[in-house]
Amino acid sequence: MKLLEYQAKQQFAKAGIATPAGRLARTAEEAEAAARELGRVAVKAQVPVGGRGKAGGIAVVDTPEQARAEAARILAMDIKGFPVRSVWCETGLDVAHEIYCGITLDRDRRRMVLILSGAGGMDIEQVAETQPEMIAKLWPDPFRGPQAYEIRQLAFTALRAVPALAERAGKLAAALVPLVQTLHRLSDSLDAVTCEINPLVITAAGDLVAADGKLEIDENAEYRHRDLAAELARDSVGDDGATGEDPYEVEAKRRGLTYVHLDGYVGCIGNGAGLVMNTLDLVKAAGGEPANFLDIGGGARADVVRNALDMVLSDPNVRGVFINIFGGITRGDEVARGIIEARDELHITKPLVVRMTGTREEEGRKLLQEAGIVPGISAVEAARKIVELTRGVQGGVPPALTGGQGGFPPEKGED
Amino acid sequence: MSILIDRYTRVVVQGITGREGSFHTEQMQAYGTDVVAGVVPGRGGSTHLGVPVFDTVADAVTATAADCAFIIVPPPFAADAIMEAAAARLPLAVCVTEGVPVHDMIRARAVIDGSSTKLIGPNCPGLLTAGECKVGFIPNHVARPGSVGVVARSGTLTYEVIQGLSQAGHGQTTAVGIGGDPVLGLTFRDVLELFAEDKATRAVVMVGEIGGSDEESAAELIGKGYPKPVVAFISGRTAPPGKRMGHAGAIISGNRGTAQSKIDALTAAGAVVGDTIEDVVRLVGERLGVHSQR
Repeated sequence: MKLLEYQAKQQFAKAGIATPAGRLARTAEEAEAAARELGRVAVKAQVPVGGRGKAGGIAVVDTPEQARAEAARILAMDIKGFPVRSVWCETGLDVAHEIYCGITLDRDRRRMVLILSGAGGMDIEQVAETQPEMIAKLWPDPFRGPQAYEIRQLAFTALRAVPALAERAGKLAAALVPLVQTLHRLSDSLDAVTCEINPLVITAAGDLVAADGKLEIDENAEYRHRDLAAELARDSVGDDGATGEDPYEVEAKRRGLTYVHLDGYVGCIGNGAGLVMNTLDLVKAAGGEPANFLDIGGGARADVVRNALDMVLSDPNVRGVFINIFGGITRGDEVARGIIEARDELHITKPLVVRMTGTREEEGRKLLQEAGIVPGISAVEAARKIVELTRGVQGGVPPALTGGQGGFPPEKGED
Repeated sequence: MSILIDRYTRVVVQGITGREGSFHTEQMQAYGTDVVAGVVPGRGGSTHLGVPVFDTVADAVTATAADCAFIIVPPPFAADAIMEAAAARLPLAVCVTEGVPVHDMIRARAVIDGSSTKLIGPNCPGLLTAGECKVGFIPNHVARPGSVGVVARSGTLTYEVIQGLSQAGHGQTTAVGIGGDPVLGLTFRDVLELFAEDKATRAVVMVGEIGGSDEESAAELIGKGYPKPVVAFISGRTAPPGKRMGHAGAIISGNRGTAQSKIDALTAAGAVVGDTIEDVVRLVGERLGVHSQR
């Protein structure tokens, strides 16, 4: 779950981190009103991707009329595939310096990493590549959190690399201790995988203010943040709930399915992420184009399988579906029941190719065979089969292949 | 010979009375795994599937001398269960739970690092020593005893490889599914180090996928002169960047974690990388053939 800038800033402000005064505007008129109230403002596109500035999604304006004009322009934009639904209008800051402060997951260290850099407002990964000396990192103990001395150490390392900041490093380090500890607590309590202030502005008066914010919450922990999710969803009501995300993926999420929408024509369903990734690779290697990634997960019941087939077939580009099942915690008979139910209840006429092996494979294959769906042999052959059945097919399907008949020879007893 | 588990392993199941817990405990028992105890807080003193149930892991260990935890509890309780296993000083804990919050796992991993317990998982199928013992839910009917070690991130691809190897006549020592989460216990590198020491293992198959840099780290180890042939496979070649492909860890960030970078690193280190599982099986055959002639 990715929060928009203004939503992240609301969380920062609630935690006690200073943010500029701002108003959300969904129309040019609202932006004009905000500017009338706040004075000189920055009008910023609210999209869940970086690089807004470069794309022209941020404008600094002096008058309400300019705010209106710029908001109208920005609200008509599409930034990296995300239509701009709202703009955040906030007061400008008297910027002396911009630095970076963020917490993110470091997979290699199996810890969260706290990063501080004297170079603010830039992409931190780029800074890490071009000016590694500007970056200081700390991997706080996950139980104790970052201690004051650790943060000071971090601050001195990062700030000394910038001559203009080096002379005030003592004062800044002292101010950074509570801010960093607050940010860490926030990242912890929100289960954030990324919690970033970039830039963190040092004002002429010497205050630290979060001028931009990025917050991404761990999907596995969403059950602990249902209130926040509901709040964000309510917030998006005026946008038809659209955050610019792929509509199929939004629908899949609503159905509780692990689905990624792609632009091919072979629907792909399997149990286990690695297996589905490999299924896509096999379809591609066989000359086809996968339409999606759909992992029904471990231990899926029949209703999940039916739901998955319904989901995949809701994409009109899908000409046939390859179901690749290797049972571990997933039981073949359950999957088979799901496939048969789906075919009969959803009246599926597009070709289905099923490859099934593993736990309860014999029961599963028997059910499929009795229902007239012949289970396939190997994953490689099944991939070739589905590509053969769908390549060059536009919408209509040869009658001989309807009713889920994959046209497969029965599996020779290999067990 | 094998790594991590064998016929003498004594398993305590945390979450034994759950639907999945029960099903897989029975499957494990049927394979010959010595399940000596179960743990369900509040159910201590009862018996389930012929196994005594205890309130705490510590109680179970005291009473039964269990030396391996099989953790099959819902995600909100998984990190706690791992820490409980570590506190009871079990040498090995295997957590199959999918969907554990990453902050929970960071804490659990910190506890594991400060303990004598090795962790496998979470979000993994567990492990199996062919013909002797399984902890987790790798479908055992595809496994055959032999001399190939298997280590994989993906559960289902672990099964694919085992089946392919068995059908080609290459049995396995131990197959380990390390799991697809970004924060987990044993990594490819750790398991490769264990296989290096195992006399019965003559070749290792490693099945990686996009995301992170654990495959690259394993390549580093292989490059330093790994004593056995390594045949690798990487899934997710067609995955687009920025999309989480099912596993929490399977995501290409910018240009990091691509299948190609992993394939390149492994190839440069001296591992051979197959294009399909069938290729992997064939390559293992070639490697074993070459080595058996020495």
